[in-house]
Amino acid sequence: MTQHTLSVLVEDTPGILARTSALFSRRGFNINSLSVSTTEYEGLSRMTIVVNCDRHPLEQVTKQLNKLVNVIKIVEMDNDAAVRRELLLAKVKADSGNRAAVIQTAELFRANIVDVGPDVVVVEATGRPEKLDALVRNLEPFGIKELVKSGLVALGRGPRSITDRSLRAVERSA
Amino acid sequence: MTEQMTGAQSLIRSLEHAGVDVVFGIPGGAILPAYDPLYDSVNVRHILMRHEQGAGHAAEGYAYATGRPGVCMATSGPGATNLVTPIADAHMDSVPLVAITGQVATPLIGTDGFQEADICGITMPITKHNYLVKRAEDIPRTIAEAFHIASSGRPGPVLVDIAKDALQTSVDFAWPQRLDLPGYRPVTKPHGKQVREAARMIAESRRPVLYVGGGVLRAGAAQELRVLAELTGLPVVTTLMARGVFPDSHPQHLGMPGMHGSVAAVGALQKADLIVALGARFDDRVTGKLDSFAPGASIVHADIDPAEISKNRHADVPIVGDCREVIADLVVAVRNDQAAGRQGDYAAWWAQLDRLREVYPLGYEDPDDGSLSPQHVIRRLGEIVGPDAHYVAGVGQHQMWAAQFIGHQKPGSFINSGGLGTMGFSVPAALGAKVGAPERTVWSIDGDGCFQMTNQELATCAIEGIPIKVAVINNGNLGMVRQWQTLFYEGRYSNTDLQTAPRDARVRIPDFVRLAEAYGCVGLRCERPEDIDATVEKAMAVDDAPVVVDFTVHPDAMVWPMVGPGISNDNIQYARDMAPDWDDED
Repeated sequence: MTQHTLSVLVEDTPGILARTSALFSRRGFNINSLSVSTTEYEGLSRMTIVVNCDRHPLEQVTKQLNKLVNVIKIVEMDNDAAVRRELLLAKVKADSGNRAAVIQTAELFRANIVDVGPDVVVVEATGRPEKLDALVRNLEPFGIKELVKSGLVALGRGPRSITDRSLRAVERSA
Repeated sequence: MTEQMTGAQSLIRSLEHAGVDVVFGIPGGAILPAYDPLYDSVNVRHILMRHEQGAGHAAEGYAYATGRPGVCMATSGPGATNLVTPIADAHMDSVPLVAITGQVATPLIGTDGFQEADICGITMPITKHNYLVKRAEDIPRTIAEAFHIASSGRPGPVLVDIAKDALQTSVDFAWPQRLDLPGYRPVTKPHGKQVREAARMIAESRRPVLYVGGGVLRAGAAQELRVLAELTGLPVVTTLMARGVFPDSHPQHLGMPGMHGSVAAVGALQKADLIVALGARFDDRVTGKLDSFAPGASIVHADIDPAEISKNRHADVPIVGDCREVIADLVVAVRNDQAAGRQGDYAAWWAQLDRLREVYPLGYEDPDDGSLSPQHVIRRLGEIVGPDAHYVAGVGQHQMWAAQFIGHQKPGSFINSGGLGTMGFSVPAALGAKVGAPERTVWSIDGDGCFQMTNQELATCAIEGIPIKVAVINNGNLGMVRQWQTLFYEGRYSNTDLQTAPRDARVRIPDFVRLAEAYGCVGLRCERPEDIDATVEKAMAVDDAPVVVDFTVHPDAMVWPMVGPGISNDNIQYARDMAPDWDDED
């Protein structure tokens, strides 16, 4: 089993998230992360799906995804040829005794403190999943009260765009 | 120019624009607004069914008989959920079907309103696509898209669920001139390089087979297939879904492969060095135990659906395209190879296959107590009625015998439920086929178990003037299940006796002759071999009413050959405990 990152360009229609995720669950795959957002085109959304599975079943799921009428394009992102980022928010225990140490750790990872309370700070960080994992390991000794991540988003490096040539209308043959 | 009308009127107008002439359905609360303009439609005939499942199967039968999408209509909630079985059936067998359901009004959606069911959610995995329409102005575009999607590419079912208030709102009607479906572009034109590679492999192979599936039928490629087969001299096997697409009488035809296939067809695939799969999907009922299926064969796999290729068996040469175009291109490539002197020599292969055909033909034994053999009934039915009729089978033993013994000669003449194996398919599908092709005789070949699942549609046939003929192969049992109990459960017949043909003096429940008469049909019964011909001819002579013939047959007849569940095709038996000798070279 290996980790794969799929970028899926879809029409922004009701039910598309259910249709897409159902194809994974039907085969018993657990989605590691899934993020959806709008794109540079109105009416088009882009999903970034991270999943652990073998190559052959992944090809099957990709082919099935391609059959969905509202799915326009699927590209598997190569880790080396893509910019991969995730946003993390973590609520970390920080009183007057160790707040400076927490802030210093955050700064090492170019993370920001976005909220401060008497006993906690909220740390905001973006970066590759590996970097965020390292940040979490370093924050854990202080005590993490709550943690949330956005799910991975990815964009291929270089001049090409997956949204090119994807929006031609189809003449009805009937 | 636009015209003001209600959403319901725009729905009926849209169906007319889509070329619909028949809708099979049942009205109810949420779909009621649509039934009012339907009442006035000159072009669209509505056939009132007795159960929504029947409406769905009738629409399938209509689609099989005409090649155009069948249309069924039902109300929300239970009406819609009753369509689930035929929708799943159409999805498995790639039948173009448009199902239109009413939905509760938009303010009620998601509130557990009366007769509310999330039919889009329920049918998501069993439709090619589905729509929930909440605005009247979306109806024409949605209907246009639904028909396009259902009938193009790999055909399949599309469900359109329309909220009641969308049907009641007034809008300007506009039929779309073009469709905007950027995510839906089926590939029909095959890749030339792949086709040439397939031709090369055919020329170089020693033991090739054409493995022909339902995709060839859907593509209307029977003529092209025959040209390819005769040009190359390859043996042909046709799956359950492709019976008739290549004539059974053709000398290159080895019959049906799979669990109840002929020894020659199963053996040809097992021993092949090249399998050219055309619109077939390596279903488990064909391959048997997958890892021992055709161990020495390279695979050329042509299908319009890329997701079928290498799904079950790795394809060495994948070809995505419409089977008609694929086969036509393949014919050109083979001709070019032959002109250049590249041609396969299959003489030794044919000698091997001819021996299998000769030694292990399809057959059966007549019971020695003078009762009817079901295979005999079906064989005579096919011989007397001839190849121009539609034969519509249910699911089980009678279906396999119909596939084996009818003698299929014409593409599309055999209609049955393959992938889903839907008992109860036959009577309503026969009804739909008769509506689609009224000039052809339609024989439903049904079992007593299947028949009791949907025979209320005989009322529809009688009232609407749809004179189908039904041969109930009545062995008084759920025959296929009983066969498995005989073979794999030590003859412990748990819950398979239906008592429609009891051996002792007990009354038949129900009596199918009296049931037929109660439904306004002609009811006949045949219990002795010497009466078969006269009974079939009597049924054929009736042209103004549906006919039901109760062929009361021996309950112990079994379907042979058989590859047992989960075992290798190499272990096929042509009769109980009788395995063919593959290597006998005499």
